[in-house]
Amino acid sequence: MAGLELLSDQGYRLDGRKASELRKVQARMGVFGQADGSAYMEQGNTKALAVVYGPHEVRGSRSKSLHDRAVINCQYSMATFSTAERKRRPHGDRKSSEMSLHLKQTFEAAVLTQLYPRSQIDIYVKILQSDGGNYSACVNAATLALVDAGIPMRDYVCACTAGFAEGTALADLCHAEETGGGTALSLALLPRSQSIALVQMDARLHQDHLDTLMEAAMEACKGLSKVLDSVVRQHLQEVSVLSRD
Amino acid sequence: MAVDMRLPTVRKQISLAGSNSNADGKHLVVPGDVITSDTGFMRGHGTYMDDEKLTASVAGEVERVNKLICVRPLKTRYNGEVGDVIVGRITEVQQKRWKVETNSRLDSVLLLSSVNLPGGELRRRSAEDELTMRDYLQEGDLISAEVQSVFSDGALSLHTRSLKYGKLGQGVLVQVSPSLVKRQKTHFHNLPCGASIILGNNGFLWLYPTPGQQDEEEGGYYTSLELVPLSDREVISRLRNCLLALAAHKVLLYDTSVLYCYESSLLYQIKDILKPETMDEIVMVTRQRLLDQEG
Repeated sequence: MAGLELLSDQGYRLDGRKASELRKVQARMGVFGQADGSAYMEQGNTKALAVVYGPHEVRGSRSKSLHDRAVINCQYSMATFSTAERKRRPHGDRKSSEMSLHLKQTFEAAVLTQLYPRSQIDIYVKILQSDGGNYSACVNAATLALVDAGIPMRDYVCACTAGFAEGTALADLCHAEETGGGTALSLALLPRSQSIALVQMDARLHQDHLDTLMEAAMEACKGLSKVLDSVVRQHLQEVSVLSRD
Repeated sequence: MAVDMRLPTVRKQISLAGSNSNADGKHLVVPGDVITSDTGFMRGHGTYMDDEKLTASVAGEVERVNKLICVRPLKTRYNGEVGDVIVGRITEVQQKRWKVETNSRLDSVLLLSSVNLPGGELRRRSAEDELTMRDYLQEGDLISAEVQSVFSDGALSLHTRSLKYGKLGQGVLVQVSPSLVKRQKTHFHNLPCGASIILGNNGFLWLYPTPGQQDEEEGGYYTSLELVPLSDREVISRLRNCLLALAAHKVLLYDTSVLYCYESSLLYQIKDILKPETMDEIVMVTRQRLLDQEG
């Protein structure tokens, strides 16, 4: 491993976490009045904002509409100031389009689209600050926004990354760990049924290690789902108290 | 011009204490929660069956009606029902029909045969009428209408077969959540403060100056372009800010609540109504008066 020691001999990572420890998660639902649903999510230093519009009539070309279910339209973008080096295009480049496509696939697995024939659901996510795990922050933020919009889903979708160093699986990678030369795996999970919505890994990894890596990512997702759950319940309580009379 | 600026502040924590007894009475669920594994119940909106278990698919409150279990989400788009009064915007003119955006999950339809055309109630719709549809309503126009029927996919069919419905002229549109509009016998109100309001069931509220006597010949397609006096415009802007204040505090909207809020806002300038502390004050007074009136 070049230079960086991802896991110290004492078992601590670069930012002082243990191998299976998640970063601090903070989230809030209903941040915008104009959108049907919105949410803000922080996973450590990664910050994401998601808004949901819909279900509404298919705009643009009518041919895109499906007669038996809703179309999900995702757009992923990164703020120009989100990375250390200023970005030129906030969205529309190859990486962003790929991410948009992955988000679309993830949410098609979770949203009960067959309830809304001929309509469209728009999900817009923006990374405000990027410190690794952009995909998972987006998925988690978008899940909260969908819940806020009252769109029916099978379950929450929780996503988390996991990496591999010194024979140990590391949960919820930060930017330094992601770019440090190790492997990174992103996993989106429907925690209650334990079904996988999306799994992605770009680097090479020995087949024997894959199971431990998947196991670690799944554990991390389940941890995240507990946090999301408490955020949703808290929001539910607050709103139902307000609208009681 | 003085500009009011303020720094970000910590959001006020809504106290959950003291209301716990009430919150306990409600059965709140989140997506994926199993409501019951008893097979004797019927599946309603907001639920799905997952291996014989009745599971919630939205976050909200469980409603039971005998054997039927539904989950009502806190916030959704408008679900139309026959007889609702709605305010909507024309998005498209097609053959024999207009498409209307009504905050519903699909655009609503207004058929040429379900509008009152000038010159007699029972006139046959000719091919000529089809060609001049854009003269009556064109893209971007606002209308008030009533829901005539609901199609199987959830789209609404509207009608304007009454003189109270039709194209809207000068006024202000306010959009709120559909669940905040209280269902009442009438949704058209001439408020004593000097303006009129249409409380659309779809959460679109229309404020307009109280009209004089109406010209019956025009069939609701006549729009007055007369200058609205400043005093009327002030009343309308004050009402708009009051509606936004009530919606922010999730107070049900109907003629009495709007009027009380208007009266309690008279102590303040119109532009100050939307400041958070003024808003709190006004809404609190309104709530108190509504409670006093009830019992």
